[in-house]
Amino acid sequence: MPKMTMVEALNLALHQEMEKDDRVIVLGEDVAVDGGVYRVTEGLLEEFGEERVIDTPLAEASIIGASIGMAVYGLRPVCEVQFSGFSYFGMHQIESHAARMRWRSRGGYHVPMVLRTPYGAGIRALEHHSESREAYYAHTPGLKMVIPSGPRNARALLVSAIRDPDPVVFYEAKAVYRAFREEVPEEEETFPIGKAQVVREGDNLTIITYGAMLQPSLEAADTLDEEDGVQAEVIDLLSISPLDHETFVNSVNKTGRVVIVNEAPRSFGPAAEITARLVEKSFWYLEAPVQRVTGYDVIVPLFAYEDVYLPDAKRIVRAAREALSA
Amino acid sequence: MPRSMIELPYQIEYLSILDEEGKLDKELEPDLSEDLLLEMHRAMLLSRRLDERMLNLQRQGRIGTFAPVKGQEASQIGSAAALDESDWLVQSYRDQAAAVYRGQSIESFLLVYGGFFQGNQLPEGVHNLPVAVPVGTQTLHAAGLAYAIKYRGDESAVMVYFGDGATSEGDFHEAMNFAGVFQTPVVFVCQNNQYAISIPREHQTRSKTLAQKALAYGLPGMQVDGNDILAVYVAAQEAVERARSGEGATMIECLTYRLSLHTTADDPTRYRSEEEVEQWEKRDPIPRFQNYLQEKDLLTDQKIGDLEEEIEEQIQQAVDRAEEQMKELEAEALSMFDHIYAEMPPYLEEQRQALEEVLAEKEGA
Repeated sequence: MPKMTMVEALNLALHQEMEKDDRVIVLGEDVAVDGGVYRVTEGLLEEFGEERVIDTPLAEASIIGASIGMAVYGLRPVCEVQFSGFSYFGMHQIESHAARMRWRSRGGYHVPMVLRTPYGAGIRALEHHSESREAYYAHTPGLKMVIPSGPRNARALLVSAIRDPDPVVFYEAKAVYRAFREEVPEEEETFPIGKAQVVREGDNLTIITYGAMLQPSLEAADTLDEEDGVQAEVIDLLSISPLDHETFVNSVNKTGRVVIVNEAPRSFGPAAEITARLVEKSFWYLEAPVQRVTGYDVIVPLFAYEDVYLPDAKRIVRAAREALSA
Repeated sequence: MPRSMIELPYQIEYLSILDEEGKLDKELEPDLSEDLLLEMHRAMLLSRRLDERMLNLQRQGRIGTFAPVKGQEASQIGSAAALDESDWLVQSYRDQAAAVYRGQSIESFLLVYGGFFQGNQLPEGVHNLPVAVPVGTQTLHAAGLAYAIKYRGDESAVMVYFGDGATSEGDFHEAMNFAGVFQTPVVFVCQNNQYAISIPREHQTRSKTLAQKALAYGLPGMQVDGNDILAVYVAAQEAVERARSGEGATMIECLTYRLSLHTTADDPTRYRSEEEVEQWEKRDPIPRFQNYLQEKDLLTDQKIGDLEEEIEEQIQQAVDRAEEQMKELEAEALSMFDHIYAEMPPYLEEQRQALEEVLAEKEGA
């Protein structure tokens, strides 16, 4: 199996899906000639032509709103918003129409589109290029919200997202794009949307996380093993919505202790919803207060302090020790 | 040479065929079949009577808030009549005249405005999008639909409706730009009814016309007397032809007037004078067209009387059916969980079950 970065794995998914299905088209700013600012769409123009790989005018509402129209006509648009910080220009189209068309038309029309967009901090970028706002989308009924954590699951999830009959917001962690390589099979691979994955098994503590926070969470689990002799179970959510609580409830019912890690601001973020579900479903199994390791409720600082802002293995280990000491 | 003039097309064509005095420009008169003329007349009258009936139903508390069409019937029917069944209509919230003309039922609108989302289910084969409420947002769906039509090599056109207020929204400009860049088959029909709730047309833009906005996007724009159904039809027909033949998008500004309320929650006396409304009542599109048809011996007072009766009966039957359906649907609150996703996720199934229990308890009590 070839070893790929997440960028290469996403590119593979797009190539293969476009080859298979002429309803799949790609649109966005700089996605064609330039191959996308992160090169995720590289080579698609040459292979599939400008009718299917569309450099759009610089207008996010157009990219998203036109994708809705295309999807209604039966295409499967995969649109890119260059940075998630600019997706708000099209937020009204997502909330008012992409998420509602199936409901509004009582199933007569549906919007099988994917909105791909890079998110998150850690790459020393400008303002508006570092946020993690998945809660906006996960809060919207009718949308699905997917955040892969590495090359292999990114490829499998993008294929599933393209084939999904509902609109999927697909967050790609900039910090993971080229951070490491993984073996990605050439042959087709999908992963069900709405399913979490246990990526490390353990009996003493559960760490629930996703996206770019998976790597520091795994690092923390190794430290806890080495320094404390504690076996942490690590759960990679992969889908924020639909949220697979069954997987993490089962784990917490076994371990009784939990740390939830997300890079988004703390208040009303994914960790808050996960906590609520644990209180509802695992209350009698909990042996310690739930620990949240999250971004702070501040604007993500410019890059001089971004490493301080971001949750890291050290903070996760600290929180885990809190949970274990109670 | 640091300063020079760039030549631009700066003229906007204005079209009027049948003026408010009923005077006809014979040279411009389109050659329309008797059937089509009578069909358009009937659709206009049906819309007017439906407005009146819905207003009564709303005042009696039998339906909720809605936006009456009154005054804009020619703009809607004249443009929709230029479409074939395979063409698409992308509508906003004051477009029920055209939507019904294109095959949506009267009771479906009564259901929606009676608070039942079930009314939004479109009949098979009717290529309308359901009503989009956020102003101007639907223009982008039209641009995307049209792109898909072109990509598929189909020969349909997409017509999208919006008002004067929508031309201040970014989406309208983005949609015109997108349609221009990709030369997609869209007909942008602006029903300039002079007001966005209380804000008059001249507070939306300093531009002399709305049609001229098209020029900035490299599209042809034209202005028509929107209360003259012949002029609207001719302009729409040309634009639809242009779209179908691959020549791209057009914008048509229909100069019209909202003779009634913005919605049933609105009091227009707060922002416009009775004299102004009276002036526009003289330009009412329906009597004008009726006179034209009478002059052509296609209509008589007797025929109009019969038609009025037939329409009243048609509306009454629709009201009866809608009220019956509303009664039946009252117990279907659980359907709020339908069509959120293709497949209901487990957490939503849990919430649905919880509501089911609450409802069962209520019934038991």
